[in-house]
Amino acid sequence: MTQTAAAGSLRSADKAMATDTVLAPKGRRNGVLAVRIVVLLLCLLWLVPTVGLLVSSFRSEEAVDSSGWWTVFSSPLDFSQWTLQNYSEVLGENEMGTAFVNSLVVAVPATIIPIMMAAFAAYAFTFMRFKGRDTLFVIMVGLLVVPLQVAFVPLLQLLGGFGLVGTFPAVWLAHTGFGMPLAIYILRNYMASLPRSIIESAEVDGASHFRTFWSLIMPMSVPALAAFAIFQFLWVWNDLLVALIFLQTDTPVVTSQLRNLIGELGQQWHLLTAGAFISITVPLIVFFALQRFFVRGLTAGSVKG
Amino acid sequence: MAIVTYDQASCVYPGATSPSVDKLDLEIRDGEFMVLVGPSGCGKSTSLRMLAGLEEVSSGTIHIGERDVSRMPPKDRDIAMVFQNYALYPHMTVADNMGFALKMAGMGKEERATKIKEAAKLLDLEDYLDRKPKALSGGQRQRVAMGRAIVREPQVFLMDEPLSNLDAKLRVSTRSQIASLQRRLDVTTVYVTHDQVEAMTMGDRVAVLKDGLLQQVDTPLNLYDRPRNAFVAGFIGSPAMNLMTGTVTEEAAKVGDLTIPLDAETRSKLGGDKEVTVGIRPEAFTRVGADEPGLDATINVVEELGADAFVYASLVGSDEGEIVARHDARSVPERGKPIRLGVLREKVHLFSVTTGERLPD
Repeated sequence: MTQTAAAGSLRSADKAMATDTVLAPKGRRNGVLAVRIVVLLLCLLWLVPTVGLLVSSFRSEEAVDSSGWWTVFSSPLDFSQWTLQNYSEVLGENEMGTAFVNSLVVAVPATIIPIMMAAFAAYAFTFMRFKGRDTLFVIMVGLLVVPLQVAFVPLLQLLGGFGLVGTFPAVWLAHTGFGMPLAIYILRNYMASLPRSIIESAEVDGASHFRTFWSLIMPMSVPALAAFAIFQFLWVWNDLLVALIFLQTDTPVVTSQLRNLIGELGQQWHLLTAGAFISITVPLIVFFALQRFFVRGLTAGSVKG
Repeated sequence: MAIVTYDQASCVYPGATSPSVDKLDLEIRDGEFMVLVGPSGCGKSTSLRMLAGLEEVSSGTIHIGERDVSRMPPKDRDIAMVFQNYALYPHMTVADNMGFALKMAGMGKEERATKIKEAAKLLDLEDYLDRKPKALSGGQRQRVAMGRAIVREPQVFLMDEPLSNLDAKLRVSTRSQIASLQRRLDVTTVYVTHDQVEAMTMGDRVAVLKDGLLQQVDTPLNLYDRPRNAFVAGFIGSPAMNLMTGTVTEEAAKVGDLTIPLDAETRSKLGGDKEVTVGIRPEAFTRVGADEPGLDATINVVEELGADAFVYASLVGSDEGEIVARHDARSVPERGKPIRLGVLREKVHLFSVTTGERLPD
């Protein structure tokens, strides 16, 4: 169920990126038409599941249960088959608003905390010389292979010891931990690609590590930070498992609320389609808000290449 | 303003078998413009970075004035560095770039602004203070990098090939600008370049390095006239000095039909060597008639530069490489034609084949 929502939003992300690719070579018009057509077709293909979900969300319960979503295209102008019933049912549910707030309370810190910590770590791994640096980095990245399910029981015990289980900080910490290896990996690799002489210049200019980090590295790392922020936010927003385990049932997030919505036996799954689309809106906003930071050549003009 | 002293300073990179800079002894006088020059990998940049504190001094010491800076962090050394790729801070304006170090030093905003203004005026950057590096041309970026160093009023300027990213024309004009700026500011400067023309034109003195070893330190003209060894002889000067192998006879060294008399001192220095390296600068050659002593050669290429012409020719009956000779630009010989080149004895440099050392004239 979460998967569907995740798939939906990721598809949208794919689409936005693909459109960029098509527009990029606008300058040179000399016949890359075939490429564009292929890319367009691929985009459409990738969009199929999302379109199916969207169409289904506007159909009545009986229609969803009896025929496939593609049948609507035989008579798309037959407005009697369209309904907003699903949306009004989902939105009418007053738990949904609270769930949105809960999700934000979970997702925002669970995105910012790992980014901040990982950025510090990545800086140290890239620019500071200390013993065992590379070994430590390899171990960190190696943690990527640990499946998160394996960590649940020890983590519950650990957090239980602090009386945190069931609270928001528990989820923040869990997501931070799970997101950290990838974040460090991505940010370190990005920072390693920054011109080394800039750091040296800062060193000669008398900037401390702390100063260099905040005044130079952070502003120059914005593309990588934005990329990881989107990634982590989407992951946390769409996560059901961690929230179910570490959060109390009286503070449900959107994903668990959606699950509650469809009932024990899944008899109301038509509601899921509408619910999924509503929950997609936030990741979409985040994506488009951060997309403008994906700028190439942020270091342009700094060093002569 | 200070004297910089390298005292047996070495730098060994971790994992490297031989030192990148090997026991460098060098004294740079107060206000002097010292150029470190050499082929790539000779340790010139490493020497500079050791002075900057960006590279560890493995053994020996470096002094700036009275202070031993060998173990000091860069910020405490009172130096300013201009990087080859400028290393400007891309998200800051020109003014912020220039003021960064001052800000780090805790200087007040107004004082900073005044200093930046002064430096910008000096470098003709006043109109660009609010721009970001992205919106500047290569030459302007270079000047910002210079400005960043100037505002700090350091004891020593360090410049690591600051001109190598400029186009040829701009390089020539910036070259003289930097040199005159340095003379005006009178700040001790260490300048690294691989371009021997830059070294000759800018430096008060030039230090030639090879494989981490200092070969010779002297004024540009002395380096040119009295190179201490064959490497310096071949490195300094453009086109390079012709280095040929001559056979040693009782009284003289012979290259082709050219006989170079050897005095007693030189002969004793030669020891048992049967050969000697004969160095002749391109401009030392003159065209001579068939009855005069000279080298017979066949012309391969003639380069006409307007003021001068350079003749590239291979020696007849010798497996020596090509030699190059300067020729009067208005009466150049044709390609493929024979040419006979003579030279005055006092214009010939002799070097030992075994050690490469200069032999007394």
